[in-house]
Amino acid sequence: MKLTFSIRGVGALLVAAALLFAPLILAEQNYLLRVLITGITYAIAVYGLNIILGFTGQLSLAHGGFFGIGVYTMGLLTTDYDWSFWSALLAAIVLTTVVGFLAGLLALRTREAYFAIFTMALGLIIYMVISRWEDVTHAYSGVLGVKLPEDIGPLDFSEPATYYYLLLVFLAAAAYVTYTLRVSNVGRRLLAIRTSEDLASSIGINVGLNKQLAFTASAGFAGLGGALFASAEGFIGPNSSSIDLTFELLMFLLVGGVATVMGPIVGTLLVLMLFEAFQDFQAYRFILLGPVIIALVIYAPQGLIGRLNQLTFYWKRRRAAAQKTAAGAPEQNSPADPHDEKTEVR
Amino acid sequence: MTLFIQQFFNGLSLGGVYCLAAIGLTLVFGVLRIPNLAHGALYMVGAYLTYFFLTSAGVPYILAIALAALVLAGIGIGMERVVFHPLRNAPHTHHMIAAAGAMFFLHSLVQAIWGADFRRMESPITGRVEILGTQVSWQRVTIVITAVVVLIALTWFIKKTVHGQSIEAVEQDRVGASLVGINPNRVSMLTFGLAAALVAVAAGLVAPINLIYPTMGDVIMVKVFAIIILGGLGSIPGAIVGGFTLGLAEAMATTYVSAVAGEVIAFVVLILVLAIRPTGLLTKAVQR
Repeated sequence: MKLTFSIRGVGALLVAAALLFAPLILAEQNYLLRVLITGITYAIAVYGLNIILGFTGQLSLAHGGFFGIGVYTMGLLTTDYDWSFWSALLAAIVLTTVVGFLAGLLALRTREAYFAIFTMALGLIIYMVISRWEDVTHAYSGVLGVKLPEDIGPLDFSEPATYYYLLLVFLAAAAYVTYTLRVSNVGRRLLAIRTSEDLASSIGINVGLNKQLAFTASAGFAGLGGALFASAEGFIGPNSSSIDLTFELLMFLLVGGVATVMGPIVGTLLVLMLFEAFQDFQAYRFILLGPVIIALVIYAPQGLIGRLNQLTFYWKRRRAAAQKTAAGAPEQNSPADPHDEKTEVR
Repeated sequence: MTLFIQQFFNGLSLGGVYCLAAIGLTLVFGVLRIPNLAHGALYMVGAYLTYFFLTSAGVPYILAIALAALVLAGIGIGMERVVFHPLRNAPHTHHMIAAAGAMFFLHSLVQAIWGADFRRMESPITGRVEILGTQVSWQRVTIVITAVVVLIALTWFIKKTVHGQSIEAVEQDRVGASLVGINPNRVSMLTFGLAAALVAVAAGLVAPINLIYPTMGDVIMVKVFAIIILGGLGSIPGAIVGGFTLGLAEAMATTYVSAVAGEVIAFVVLILVLAIRPTGLLTKAVQR
C-alpha cells in the first residue's frame, strides 16, 4: 500500500516539478510558455468537468458555455466597466457558480442521454446569447485589452512567468480540491452515484443534492478557468464559448483520465502539445485526433493516468502474491479487479 | 395573408427536412439506445456529397441526392461497425464521446477536401409556382414532395417488409428479437445505414436554400434532438409531427417576432419540454 502510494506520489511530484521549472527551462521561448499558460487555464476548467463527468458520471456538454461565461465576465468587467482583475475574477466565479446552480436545478431532473442533450442545448444557448447580444458582448468583433492582475508588491503580472506562477497556484488548488474530494466521503458518494443512481439512493445517499453540488462546483471551476483564460489572452471572442470547446475539454479529460487527480492537467498539456506539433495543418488536426478519441474510448476509456494507476495496481498485486508465495502462505482471494477500481487516486 | 401562406410553405419545407433528419436519429436511438452526436456531421457530409455529385460530377439533382444517400448509408454502416459496435456494452457517456470524435473527424475531413469556405449550391430546379395566390419556389415544393414520398416509402418499409419489421422488433425488445431469430447486429447496421441515407436526403434537399460549410450540421443537430425529444425518443410518428411543428414554428417566429427568435425557438422548446417533463414529451414506456 505504502509502495503504491509512493509511486503515485513520485509521479505527481514529477509533473509538479516539471510545471514549476518550466519557465526557467523555457526562459527564451515565450511562445511555449504562452501555450502552457493557455493550457493551465483550460486544465482548471477540465478539473471542473472531471467533478461532474469523472466522479458523478454525468456527461455535461454545457461546460464550454460556462467557460464562456467566465471569459465574458472577466473580459467585459475589466474593459467596459473598468473593474479590477481581482474583483472581476470573483464576480466570474460567483456568476458561473450561480448560473451552474440554476441550470443544475433544471438539468439534473433529466438523466443520462437526456442530461447530455439538455446541457448541449444549454451550452448552445449560452453561445448564442454571447454571439448575438451585440450591445453587451460586442458579438463577433470581440473585446481587446482584458486586464492582467494588478501588481501585488514586487509581483508584476505582465511578466508571463509571474502570471504563469499565479495560474499554477489556482491549478494546484483545483488539483487539491479534486484530491480531497477523491479521498473524502463526498467523493465516494459521487462515485456511488456514477456506478448506479438507484443503488446509491438505496444506501441512503441523497442523489439529487449531491449531483446538484457537483454540477454547481463543476460550473464554478469552468468559470474560473474561463476568467483566467480571458486575462491571459487579453482578447475575448464568442469562440471561447462554443460547443467545439466543450468537446475539446472533454478530450483533454479523456486523454488524461476521468476521476483521477493528475489526469486533467496531464491530458490537457499533452493534447495541447500535440496540437502545437500539428500546427501546420491546424484545421485538419482532427483527421488524426478524431480517430484517437474513438480509439481511446474503445481501448483505454480510463485514460493515460487511469491506465498508469491500473498498471501500478497490477504490479502491487503481483508483488503481494509473490511475497505470500515466498512466505509459504496459501494464496488468498486476490483483491478486487482493477476494473472496479478505475477511480483510484494518483 | 399572402405573407402567412408563404411562410406556411417555408415552414412546411423546413419541417420536411427536419423530419427526414429526425427520423434517422430517432431510429438509431430506438434500436441502439444511444443519441448519435455525429448525426449533424453526417448531415453535413450529405450536403457536400450532393454538391460534389451535382457540380463536379455533373449528375442530375435528384440522382445526385440518391447517390449521396447511398454513399452516406455506407459511411453510416461503417460508423456503426467501427465506432458504436465495439462500445455496445460501455457506459452511455462513452458512446457520446466517441460520436463527438467521429463528428470532429468528419468536420476536418470535409474541410481538408473542400475547404472551410461557405459554398453555394445552385439548384437546377428554378422558377416559382403560384399556390393560393402566393409565389412559392419550385425548390421548396420539391422539398415537400420528396419528403412526403420518402416518408411514405419509409413507413411502408418499416411496416410491410421483413427487414423493416425486424428494426421495429429490435426497437421493442432486443433480447426478444434475437430469440425469434433476428440478428440484432445486422439490424443495428441496417438502422445506421438507413438513418445516414435519410439525413443525406434531408441535406441534399435543403442545400440549395442554405449555404454549405463544414459546421452546418451543429445547430441543426440540436434542433433535431429537440424534435425527437418533443416527439418521444424512438418514435417515428413523433419525429414527423415534431419536425413539421418545429419547421412551422421557426418560420412563423422568424416572420412575426424576429430572426433571432426563429433561431433559438428550438432550444427554448427543448429546455422547456425537458424542464417540465424530464423524460421527454409523448415518450412511450421504455424499459430500462
